[in-house]
Amino acid sequence: MTQKKLSNKKSQTLTENPTRMELQIEDSVLVRDYISGDEKSLEILINRHNQRITSFIYSKVLDRDVTEDIFQDTFIKVIRTLKKGTYSEEGKFLPWVMRIAHNLIIDHFRKNKRMPKFEGNDDFNIFSVIGDDKLNAEKQIIKNQIDSDLRHLIEELPDDQKEVLLMRIYKDMSFKEISENTGVSINTALGRMRYALINLRKIIDKNNIVLTN
Amino acid sequence: MEKIYTRDQQHCKLTKTSPETIRFLLNFSKSLRVMEYKSFSFESILN
Repeated sequence: MTQKKLSNKKSQTLTENPTRMELQIEDSVLVRDYISGDEKSLEILINRHNQRITSFIYSKVLDRDVTEDIFQDTFIKVIRTLKKGTYSEEGKFLPWVMRIAHNLIIDHFRKNKRMPKFEGNDDFNIFSVIGDDKLNAEKQIIKNQIDSDLRHLIEELPDDQKEVLLMRIYKDMSFKEISENTGVSINTALGRMRYALINLRKIIDKNNIVLTN
Repeated sequence: MEKIYTRDQQHCKLTKTSPETIRFLLNFSKSLRVMEYKSFSFESILN
């Protein structure tokens, strides 16, 4: 039977009785028709092998969403290969598709091994143990406000104490570096830092300033 | 006797892919064009 005749018969039978038709036409014929541009053949192929391939993938990954993803990726590969014309028909369409699915399952497990996925449940939520250490928008605004208030308070300190405090806290210098830069001994720098903090606390207490996040 | 049956019922569950996925694949197939030029192969997706 020529391909054209078969194709006509297929479209006739499809409207009449698709299940019977699916039983009649072989995979190799459907593949050949699909390569020649008959999109309907692909639909028949997918529907014919849907349960078998999906169940195969599901039996390995045991996750509905992952199964759908792998099924989709499998057929995207199938479609690409068929459209490129690099598929060689040997009457083994299903084993070929199963092999692609099998390889994609292996890829999925390899990827998961590199980056394991952890899903919480009702008993244990991973986010109760680990969290995002970044501040949320509200806390960031509060922190900025406190930083700004503190800068104003530091301005109230005597110059020598302010200098040491700015070098230590904002420039992250060691007391040795501070002493070298200011020309005073380390002990003096330490003392100025101590008095700077004491005076800051005094200013805060005196003005009833609340500096908490 | 060797145990060849799985305890997990899900291992042998028969499932089918959703119609949405199949529809996506069919639309993908319809939109995909592969063009050959010399030794190059170009893929284009026409929406």
